[in-house]
Amino acid sequence: MTEAHPIGLSIRGGVKVYPGTRALKGVDFDVRMGAVSVLVGENGAGKSTLMKLIAGVEDMTEGTITMDGREVRFRTKADAVAAGIGIVFQELNLFPNLSVAENIFIGHEPTRGGVDIDTEKQRVETRKLMERLEQDITPDTLLGTLRIGQQQIVEIAKALAQDARILILDEPTSALSAAEVEVLFRVIDELTAQGVGIVYISHRLEELIRVGDYITVLRDGTITGARSMEGVDIPWIVQAMIGSSSKEYGRSEVANFGPEIFRAEEITLPRMGGGFTVDHVSLSIRAGEIVGLYGLMGAGRSEFLECVMAQHPHSSGKFWVEGKPLTERDVPGRIARGIALIPEDRKRDGLIQIMAIRENLTLSSLPAFTKLFHLNLKQEAQTARDFIKRLTIKVASPENPVSSLSGGNQQKVVIGKALMTGPKVLLMDEPSRGIDIGAKAEVFRTMRRLAAEGLGILFVTSDLDEVLALSDRIIVMAQGRVTGEFPAGTDAAKVISATTPNAQVPKEAAE
Amino acid sequence: MTAVPAPKDAQGSSILLTILQARTYLALILVFGYFALMAPNFMTLANTVIVAKHAALTAFLAIGMTFVIITGGIDLSVGSTVGLTAMVSGWLILYGIDPGLGWSIQFNTFEVALIVMCVGIFVGWINGILITKLNVAPFIATLGTLYIARGAALLSSGGRTFPNLSGNPEYGSQTFPLIGAGTFLGLPFLIWMLIVVGLVAAYIAKRTPLGRHIYAVGGNERGAALSGVKVDRVKIFVYMFSGFCAALVGLIIASQLQAAHPATGETFELNAIAAAVLGGTSLSGGRGKISGTIVGAFVISILADGLVMMGVSSFWQTVIKGLVIVAAVVIDQAQSRLQARVALQQEAAASR
Repeated sequence: MTEAHPIGLSIRGGVKVYPGTRALKGVDFDVRMGAVSVLVGENGAGKSTLMKLIAGVEDMTEGTITMDGREVRFRTKADAVAAGIGIVFQELNLFPNLSVAENIFIGHEPTRGGVDIDTEKQRVETRKLMERLEQDITPDTLLGTLRIGQQQIVEIAKALAQDARILILDEPTSALSAAEVEVLFRVIDELTAQGVGIVYISHRLEELIRVGDYITVLRDGTITGARSMEGVDIPWIVQAMIGSSSKEYGRSEVANFGPEIFRAEEITLPRMGGGFTVDHVSLSIRAGEIVGLYGLMGAGRSEFLECVMAQHPHSSGKFWVEGKPLTERDVPGRIARGIALIPEDRKRDGLIQIMAIRENLTLSSLPAFTKLFHLNLKQEAQTARDFIKRLTIKVASPENPVSSLSGGNQQKVVIGKALMTGPKVLLMDEPSRGIDIGAKAEVFRTMRRLAAEGLGILFVTSDLDEVLALSDRIIVMAQGRVTGEFPAGTDAAKVISATTPNAQVPKEAAE
Repeated sequence: MTAVPAPKDAQGSSILLTILQARTYLALILVFGYFALMAPNFMTLANTVIVAKHAALTAFLAIGMTFVIITGGIDLSVGSTVGLTAMVSGWLILYGIDPGLGWSIQFNTFEVALIVMCVGIFVGWINGILITKLNVAPFIATLGTLYIARGAALLSSGGRTFPNLSGNPEYGSQTFPLIGAGTFLGLPFLIWMLIVVGLVAAYIAKRTPLGRHIYAVGGNERGAALSGVKVDRVKIFVYMFSGFCAALVGLIIASQLQAAHPATGETFELNAIAAAVLGGTSLSGGRGKISGTIVGAFVISILADGLVMMGVSSFWQTVIKGLVIVAAVVIDQAQSRLQARVALQQEAAASR
């Protein structure tokens, strides 16, 4: 087998450290030429980081990359491209205002004398590439007029135009129709026949089994399974993805739910260019209940939370808090009614980085410290100190800028800010994103405690393990719709299959 | 990778940081000391009062500008607003308001001042509405009002000066010249006004929810909005406050000169921005102090007046002013970088 598919690139002991987290902890990974090496793992497991190392987007902290027996080091993307590595990111990096040929040769245009672009050569090369990919796309077509699947093909052509011998495809099928997926798979077959090594990342497990020759499973920055695809089935993948020993965030006390505290009915958010980002979503939460909202990226979960927090004026539908309709149209009004949001992107939405920890904590609750227009700084500082203690936020001084804290402590500041408003319903978008394992456990313990105090919690996560362990009820969303609702203790495979309700690949493998 | 030299290094950079943070005050002491030694008559009482009066005018505009810049915006229209409000003061003193019925309404000094302030606040309100509700970039919106206000000022008199604004005792406006010339307890009125406006602005910045929201909007607009800050209201307020400050200056100048010229206040907005930046206000928003801005205004005015007294050519004055502003921003950047490094060192030391 090794003879059939020689190793084209291998990583040994790959470590990548970001401030506050170790994204990769000593990873060994091989790319085999003329075969498809599949990489699977949950969001945040380290797949993208690993691919960024190979593509030269990020520099490796420790470890070696070997190509053709020589040790190589990619400091920039250009280094990797020169070594024959092409990457197609999940979000396409194309220019809709330029033609197909111009897109393919952007950044390395063939020129006459270094100045004049040789458009004829571009066209000829593009036509050759399109023939190789079996596509009927003319070089002068404006990219913006192509369907998304065709654009994906153009992106692949772009990588091939630079003589890519190793091609990384990051979730290439997420935007494709069933027919386009078939085309893509044919293209992949041909490329492997031509000796190209392909790394294929996807969440669609059936698809992986069909297209892959080798599989590598990542969990929390370590490899939990690597083998040839022969004999691999979905239960094996799920097992490797989430592990056998579930992390201990489980409910310790007996569940004791109160009455319904929050209800959403027919929430709809139209998408630009047709369709819905949030498609008639209805759900309810009881006091003391933790509801996990699971799904893949782009399923509309964050957008749903944003609708609750009045971020989308064009959304329609109705909300109730404690049985009374939520008619307030702006954020302060909704905060006053007991809604609190902990946004997914701490940096962008959750915190004012240059302000002090104290100022961030109290930002949503300033009226509580204000008489007429005078801010009682003493009372404010006292309350801030209380919350820092209550949430065990590790700070040198509450007056330090919040940006000086680690990810986990920053997240606690965001939670503290939300709690200070005295919420009844807590919306948490990826509460464990970008924080280390210890801080995660603390955040989850805090969630448990808050639920026990009678809050209703709705949390969005892409971590299967987390949603299974923490939720009293699991709601799965896909393509803007609710596609499944499960009680605690549901089988992981069922939850996963609900995330891709109309997968284009036959499902025999799942049984 | 030894841990030993780190604390010493951190100490060194935190001393440097303290010096950088106090740079506006150091600059004030430096320019003041330099001219006190080098320029004859600089230290006389009469001259100090003149310099202070000049500085006060820049300081008013710069205080308004500081709030605007902290929210991440810019207000280019203040100079024109000064001109417009000066003309409005002149018009009201000379003609009152003529409803076209053969009689006119005349105003006393207090009423004139009140109307002028309202005009300034109105210009600011227009800026605010353009920027928040109509989504025009602050630079463009206030550039537009810059031209409109200047044009309106020119139209009001056909480009001529309103002369002899000494007021009319019949209408109770004979006290108008006192706004710019009067004194109280030995200090000019406008210095008292600066003290009041400065204290009120500093109070707003430090001890009111509004002030906190101003900083939050500049630091991270999205984050502030999600935290329940009414971003639009905050922005409209800062532009209205800036308009108020500009009107105050227009009124004072018309009163000081007892005349109103439509070109009054040209390029004042640049001095105001320079003073704010010199005082440590960050043009990227979220950072700035009223006290720093006032000191910055004094540095610029002392520099200008001192160079005049030393007989430096006005062309060189312009160059020097430019150099000082550029140097201020370069030092500001250096401070930000150093500050970030010191904070990281502290965090690293704490987690060790």
